[in-house]
Amino acid sequence: MPAKFHIHVEPAPPRVRPVGKFGIVDWREDCSGCHNCVKRACTYGLYRDEADTLREEVGFLDYIYQCKGCLSCVQDCTKNILTRVVNPEYERLGDDYFTPEIILTTWFQAETGQIPVSGAGFGGRFSGPGFDAMWTDMSEIVRPTRDGIHGREYINTSVDIGRKRDHLVFQDGRLTVPPLPLLSVPLPVIFEAIPKRWHRGPVVRAIIKAAADIGLLSVLQADDVPAGLSVDRDRIVPWLPTADAAEGKDISAAAMAMVPDRADVAEVCASLKKRNPEQIVAIRVQASCDAADRVRQLAHEGAEVVHLVFDRSGLEPTSSSPRHARDVLREVHGALVKDGTRDQLTLIASGGVAMAEHMAKAVICGADLVAIDVPLLLAMECRLCEECERGQVCPIALSEVDQAYAERRITNLMAAWHQQLIEMLGAMGIREVRRLRGETGRAMFFEDLERESFGELFGTPRKVASSS
Amino acid sequence: MSSVSVTDQAKPSEAPQTPEELLAHPEYAEVTRQVRHAPPRYRNEIGKYHVHRSSKCIKCGKCAEICPYGVHTRPTGYRQMVRPFDYRCIGPDCAKTDHYCVSACPQGALSVTKNPVFETLGDHRWTADLIVSTWQMAETGHAPGPHLESEIGASGGGFDRLRFRFPSSVPADLRPENISTELLINRRNDGRPKLKIDVPWYGGGMSFGSTGITTILSRARNAKAWNTFTCTGEGGYVDRLVPYADHVITQVATGLFGVREETIQRAPIVEFKYAQGAKPGLGGHLLGDKNTPAVAAMREAVVGVPLFSPFPFHSVYSVEDHKKHLDWIAHVNPRALLSAKVSTPVDVDMVAVGSYYAGAHIVHLDGSYGGTGAAPNVAKKNIAMPIEYAISRVHRFLVEEGIRDEVTVIASGGVRTPADMAKAIALGADGLVVGTGELVGVGCVRCGNCESGRGCARGITTTDEELFRKVTIEWGTQRLMNLYNAWREMLVDILYRLGLESVSALRGRTDLLCHLDYEDREPGGTAP
Repeated sequence: MPAKFHIHVEPAPPRVRPVGKFGIVDWREDCSGCHNCVKRACTYGLYRDEADTLREEVGFLDYIYQCKGCLSCVQDCTKNILTRVVNPEYERLGDDYFTPEIILTTWFQAETGQIPVSGAGFGGRFSGPGFDAMWTDMSEIVRPTRDGIHGREYINTSVDIGRKRDHLVFQDGRLTVPPLPLLSVPLPVIFEAIPKRWHRGPVVRAIIKAAADIGLLSVLQADDVPAGLSVDRDRIVPWLPTADAAEGKDISAAAMAMVPDRADVAEVCASLKKRNPEQIVAIRVQASCDAADRVRQLAHEGAEVVHLVFDRSGLEPTSSSPRHARDVLREVHGALVKDGTRDQLTLIASGGVAMAEHMAKAVICGADLVAIDVPLLLAMECRLCEECERGQVCPIALSEVDQAYAERRITNLMAAWHQQLIEMLGAMGIREVRRLRGETGRAMFFEDLERESFGELFGTPRKVASSS
Repeated sequence: MSSVSVTDQAKPSEAPQTPEELLAHPEYAEVTRQVRHAPPRYRNEIGKYHVHRSSKCIKCGKCAEICPYGVHTRPTGYRQMVRPFDYRCIGPDCAKTDHYCVSACPQGALSVTKNPVFETLGDHRWTADLIVSTWQMAETGHAPGPHLESEIGASGGGFDRLRFRFPSSVPADLRPENISTELLINRRNDGRPKLKIDVPWYGGGMSFGSTGITTILSRARNAKAWNTFTCTGEGGYVDRLVPYADHVITQVATGLFGVREETIQRAPIVEFKYAQGAKPGLGGHLLGDKNTPAVAAMREAVVGVPLFSPFPFHSVYSVEDHKKHLDWIAHVNPRALLSAKVSTPVDVDMVAVGSYYAGAHIVHLDGSYGGTGAAPNVAKKNIAMPIEYAISRVHRFLVEEGIRDEVTVIASGGVRTPADMAKAIALGADGLVVGTGELVGVGCVRCGNCESGRGCARGITTTDEELFRKVTIEWGTQRLMNLYNAWREMLVDILYRLGLESVSALRGRTDLLCHLDYEDREPGGTAP
């Protein structure tokens, strides 16, 4: 048996003071100075830690606002002068899509490389927009499940990128068609080019190095490739956003290149192929209502890889009533299956992938793999405060981050995602992620469940399912 | 007041420990069903409002005289007022009544504001209102006041969007005291006991190791008082549970922790845990910190080592295997009823039918939003379907198969209130299993830190001796007994308003339900 894919994890504690959800504040100035102060009884020793950090200077690393919210002190204080508040800084984290909750759990994964675990059931909404309006299946009794998480069975999470032949030709028992170039990545993830304003300090280098170490790829505009790094060795996917792909920087050494979609994109691909026939060319397509037709056409023209781009929250970027990747991917996948070209083309989806579950769900909806950007920034402790965009000082001094540290945080995050993907695959009883692609039968969609379970009982839904 | 005087703190050395000692002292296992006031165990109970009495107070006692809720009190013989029990306050709505302390105070010394802690409590499923109303039920034994939303949460789907259509009148001869809440557990005619429980629910599995012994015993004593069941979970059968054996279900789960012939023979119901709703398709996991010497001994494991229950049963890969499994237990204990606890996959209806044909008396569907122990967040949120869907599918399928009346369908996973119970039964379940609700009753705030380090800081889900002693057995039992009483009263009230004479008459009555997100088939639906 080949060695199992494993990402080495090393704890990477926060570099700047992390933002917690809860704080306990003394509410009224009524302390009686009694001798059984609840602050001494904290199960987690929080007040002690806090006092210690006040006494000795330990830099930013004080754990104020790391309260676990058990309310013991609030409820036991003799004079009832303590109260719990939600940290206002916590509420300001992120945006509507990358919620404070997502940011905190990403930080946890980047720090520890572990799966976030908690007790007391699920406290979130019944369902939600996009990926939240679907559940993944699990196997029970009659279908074998896989015990991947405890390492007793091997669950393969690698995917191939490139065009595959739909048939082979043999003559006299020998293969007569040459194999097409294929790239393999051990996780269904590659790193998307991050917006320019985050190109600071060692950020880009850390992303590239982390990707290369794990065996992933990182997409980067061809002009931005840092000096001293090689597109070949460092597994960079140079992307030529506007210029004619045939001109400009020589990127022929890269195993994969990326070009924007345009009417004559087939010729652009051909010109790149002429320089390096082994190079895989990915075509970047903006997701829209025509996406399915366009991807079908590209598949017919012999495209190898299509990268379908959604906006940060997983919606079609330019549409007036944008659909979510969940629905677009299913449509595109379905159209390709109908044409009989699905297996020849590799489909990458980017945008809206904020957590490990989104990676699995995007694959279920029909993508071969996803490309992520914002989670990488979150791993480096970014708070999405957008101060940088306004020309203000970055509160976490991202440009001063140590490159090795940033790499470790990203690697930890990917390790945690890998483990979670295995959990979900194991529960579904699927032994490799390639088999998960387009397996919508192993998922349950909100509208379908409502229709099948409730439609018959309660009539027609008043509002359309929350897919936007 | 009661013969129950077993508190761990009072006499730890004398309390009988082994099954033989316990059986020789039946008084330790005696428990009577009665509602008694069970005050919160924290000094500052959290309520919706905060009542402040300023220094302007002249201690005239007017407020204590008029407040019917017991916010203001002054014990006889004392001059000083007791600090307001503000968690009992019903808030500014009280101004509409003639007993509003704020306007009655001659000095203007009182004020009512929102309690800032309340605002930070709870989540979408267990809102602050639900948590606090559960605490009040556990304290008083009755439904909380109208100032608390005690029926639905804010998840925006499922139970929280379902409502009952109450008829405009109920049969004239229907009396609430005659409404039956009994649940028949064994619907097969196979010669095994026709067990009945007094309320249509029982307690879910919480293992020794995940939950503190005081909480486990409180649950068992309460189960005995209410003639229902509690469940050992997968951590083995603690000796101290033996006196309550008639009310203790034991689990056979994938790790087979603590499964022995004698524990199987003791149990009225044996539950096969194929999966659990909080982590469907994944095994159990007890973190090393909670694996104390006592826990390790029970599970025959090494202290401090994290314990995994694998997933799935590696001996069960088909319905035939499942049948072999059930047959094995059926032979070991010829009196036991068999329950298959399964999660809710796409083909949950097939799983239910398969379990029935394999010989199960109970099909226990554990939906994805419940769970009291530690589970990966990714699993809790994403894997398997919510219980509301599963119940209606399974019920319909069993009806079509013509076997609905031969199997008891139990639902769990996100059942928080009597309203949820009634909705689940109307969708097609026979009964429910509750877990989180009980823990909230004994003081859980749902902070979600059950698993880490020493475990629950509130002494509920912990194996740390110092911590679990925060819950005493006597207090815990009383809280749960009160909670069950309140639940039953509220359930009976719903049944009465629906004009039904028993809870079993509600099963599958989807015509009594409407969903706020659907066009009504006909006008006239009313919300509870």
